[in-house]
Amino acid sequence: MTNENNIKNALLSAQNISVTLGNRLILNDVSISVGAGDLKVLIGPSGAGKSTFLQCINQLIPTDSGSIYLEGERINMANNASLCHLRQNVGMIFQDFNLFDHLTAVENISLALRKVRNLSKEDANDRARKELNRVGLANRAGLYPAQLSGGQKQRVAIARALAMDPKVLLLDEPTSALDPELVGEVLAVINDLAAHGMPMIMATHQMDFVRSLATEVLFMESGSIIEQDKPHVLLASTSKSRTLDFCSKLNNLRQVAEHSPEITCTANSNT
Amino acid sequence: MDFFDITFLTQEVIPHLNDGILDSLALIIPAILIGGSFGILMGIVRVFAKKPLKIIADGFVAVIRGVPLTIQLMILYFGLPYIRIYLSPYTAALLAFIFCTGAYQSEYIRGALLSIKQGQIKAGQALGMTKSQIIWSIIVPQAIRRAIPGCGNEIIYLIKYSSLAYIVTHIELTGEAKIIASRTFRPTEVYLVAGCYYLFLITIATWLLSKLEQKLSIPGFSKANS
Ligand SMILES: Nc1ncnc2c1ncn2[C@@H]1O[C@H](COP(=O)(O)OP(=O)(O)O)[C@@H](O)[C@H]1O
Ligand SMILES: [Mg+2]
Repeated sequence: MTNENNIKNALLSAQNISVTLGNRLILNDVSISVGAGDLKVLIGPSGAGKSTFLQCINQLIPTDSGSIYLEGERINMANNASLCHLRQNVGMIFQDFNLFDHLTAVENISLALRKVRNLSKEDANDRARKELNRVGLANRAGLYPAQLSGGQKQRVAIARALAMDPKVLLLDEPTSALDPELVGEVLAVINDLAAHGMPMIMATHQMDFVRSLATEVLFMESGSIIEQDKPHVLLASTSKSRTLDFCSKLNNLRQVAEHSPEITCTANSNT
Repeated sequence: MDFFDITFLTQEVIPHLNDGILDSLALIIPAILIGGSFGILMGIVRVFAKKPLKIIADGFVAVIRGVPLTIQLMILYFGLPYIRIYLSPYTAALLAFIFCTGAYQSEYIRGALLSIKQGQIKAGQALGMTKSQIIWSIIVPQAIRRAIPGCGNEIIYLIKYSSLAYIVTHIELTGEAKIIASRTFRPTEVYLVAGCYYLFLITIATWLLSKLEQKLSIPGFSKANS
């Protein structure tokens, strides 16, 4: 059975997830799996359920039904230790960064290293600085979130997730809260991760990025996955897919706004 | 006998009031420290604890806020002996002040705890932190900073209502003033000086609180999020 193989071979797999919030069915039997080197992209209109789906995968939102498997092991969602184990192995990047406002960049990263990984203060700070360096922010270590630009905040958030050595990253529209000129520096970091084979599930509307790096595109609408295939199939100009239709509308909007900012793939542009 | 006779002030009033202010401080300082911690704990319980504990804490705060402090003092000192609990005047006063300031402070803490953005809690969870780690390392440090102005006000009130300790026969600054005033029949001068003592305490407290606020301040934090 392909489904069972999927679960066994995948690093992380969410199967048949359904969620009801306030009497509304928000997710209707959706599934996704990520293996080594996968970059799966969720696309779909606002309110489709992308954020909810991503947060179900690491159980920030409890599901009504469905299962999560980490490296083939089914997660016991009623067990806190089991949930913490899942979350330590699955990093998450949020649309609005969610940095801890009372901690500096380096402290934002070292906190969980100390509390969850039980590193000493020194080791945690060393590691945190390494991660900041990796996202090109070594010289911003002592600044508080309020002193950083949006792009810098998101890079700190990525560094914070990476410091936990996650096996998979979940990214929820990591560039949508950013001014256009700051999108590039964050995408450059994500590009770099993809190049190093970090498995990711990402909700994004950065279509150039999707075309060049996604291994699979899942189009969501009203809580269901409607289409699912390789980007060059779904986005082929001859395709009649809902995905292509949706993306061409996005493109039109953007062209009206102005020409889209070019994605810079140069390594960690420093600001 | 002229008004504001220097020798009367230096020989009679000031020595007694100096004793009194020490007695007041012996009440105020522990009440601030214990009452403050109690308030933080109560605030946390009221926001994060399980239902039964939460209901008890909410009920406790409702009672403390709903009954005049004078009555609480009298219950603790004159009422409890009927159920064979005997408190010294000092203990009764201190307990009443701890309960009172703790209950009011828990209101400010509770509001501040609830104001911390849900997203930061999610970020903590996503990193694998436990609920208590999130509460103590992420929510509480931010909430305390936001609660400082309100809690500071409460400390100022505490300094003033410590003068009610004389009701349970604990003689502190106000008690000393009352005694000298009735012995010498010169209440105006005595109470004026006593008032200055309180003003002095409150000025110091206000200054210390603003220092604390400065020390704990974080760039853009209170401005951006309050
Ligand atoms: N806590 C909630 N209670 C009720 N409905 C919610 C809640 N959170 C999100 N929703 C609804 O779920 C749907 C999916 O939301 P979301 O996952 O944020 O979509 P997307 O990320 O694709 O824009 C939306 O219609 C939203 O209104
Ligand atoms: Mg969303």
